Amino acid sequence: MSHKPEFPSRRRVLRCAAWTGAGVLWVVAGGMPRSALIGSAAAAEMAASELTFVQISDSHIGFNKPANPDATGTFKELLGRIAAMNPRPAFMLHTGDVSHLSRDAEWDTAQQLIAETGIEKHLIPGEHDMLVDNGRPFFARFAPKAQSGGWYSFDQGGIHFVALINVANLQPGGEGALGAAQLEWLEDDLKNRSASQPIVVTTHIPLWQVYPQWGWGTSDGAQALAYLRRFGSVTVLNGHIHQLLQKVEGTVAFHTGLSTAFPQPAPGAAPSPGPMKVEPGRLRELLGISTVHYVKGREPLAIVDQSLGA
Amino acid sequence: MRRSTSVPILAILLLAPVTAWAADQTVTIDNFTFAPKELTVAAGTKVTWINRDDIPHTIVSSDGPRSFKSPPLDTDDKFSMTFDRPGIYHYFCSIHPMMTATVTVR
Ligand SMILES: [Cu+2]
Repeated sequence: MSHKPEFPSRRRVLRCAAWTGAGVLWVVAGGMPRSALIGSAAAAEMAASELTFVQISDSHIGFNKPANPDATGTFKELLGRIAAMNPRPAFMLHTGDVSHLSRDAEWDTAQQLIAETGIEKHLIPGEHDMLVDNGRPFFARFAPKAQSGGWYSFDQGGIHFVALINVANLQPGGEGALGAAQLEWLEDDLKNRSASQPIVVTTHIPLWQVYPQWGWGTSDGAQALAYLRRFGSVTVLNGHIHQLLQKVEGTVAFHTGLSTAFPQPAPGAAPSPGPMKVEPGRLRELLGISTVHYVKGREPLAIVDQSLGA
Repeated sequence: MRRSTSVPILAILLLAPVTAWAADQTVTIDNFTFAPKELTVAAGTKVTWINRDDIPHTIVSSDGPRSFKSPPLDTDDKFSMTFDRPGIYHYFCSIHPMMTATVTVR
């Protein structure tokens, strides 16, 4: 359910809706997120940003079917865009499905390409990274300092980042789930924080009920959101559904990023959520990354979605 | 493949009174759906799953602890299992857990 948000800085965010470069900036207006095409100018605004970071998702290294026979190539190209960004992003958050089949060779490729950008990274697994030994090879490689269940948090640039795992031990008939142990950890992790500290949460599967018929939701996501509601600015970034989608509930903004590999249909728009086949010329418009800008005292965070075709 | 005709005929005669014929069965996966969703077979039947989607799926027992689990099946990959003991076997895809189905062994 959507609530009327009270963002004192809304007009200012709207005014900054002109980052340099082509892209789409999501702005919050009257409780409904709207996208605005970005023209030119306002590089100064971006430079004023306290912290700029990137969301990249669903690289599915190893995927080679229509509509993208070269998922490694498009991932590499988008990483190139990140590496060339000015100002340089502080880090990238990968919101899961790094690999397609949890194969070492797929993770090797991803790890090497990410390392070549020279940019810090924080990753969480998607269900495709959990196919072997409950994700142990993924965590050992990409999140060695995480809690035993794979979740972790850290602080940077005044923001508290929380990486949650909702792709472990999926149950028959169910959707994404966090589990009691992780929820308990989350409650504790957030307990003594000031409500004025911005929070960024990453999950792979959407935390809210996007489309339960396709398993696009987290069964115990509402409990996590209950712990987050007292904060003045919460941004939840997820992947999994390979399309842009944004929603605002009070002070919580949900943002679903594009895949770097292949698009998926809008909820219910196809017989199944399998890879969407599009004409080769259209593919690049449907793959992309998101850049998040944080300017102190100016919540919510500004998110610029950029497609490979832009 | 060439084979002697006498053996299959003998098999038919021996199994004639049994209603469920223990021939191999196939379950296909198309559009994130197991078909047939409910399969009934005679004990001793070999069931083969084939993934015809362009995304991987798995065949995993719904019981805890999981009594069977296939490796991830990529497009056109197959997984076979012979069901020797009567019972109702619930299973799902651990990647897309809304995909559920059963094999009933008589
Ligand atoms: Cu599946």
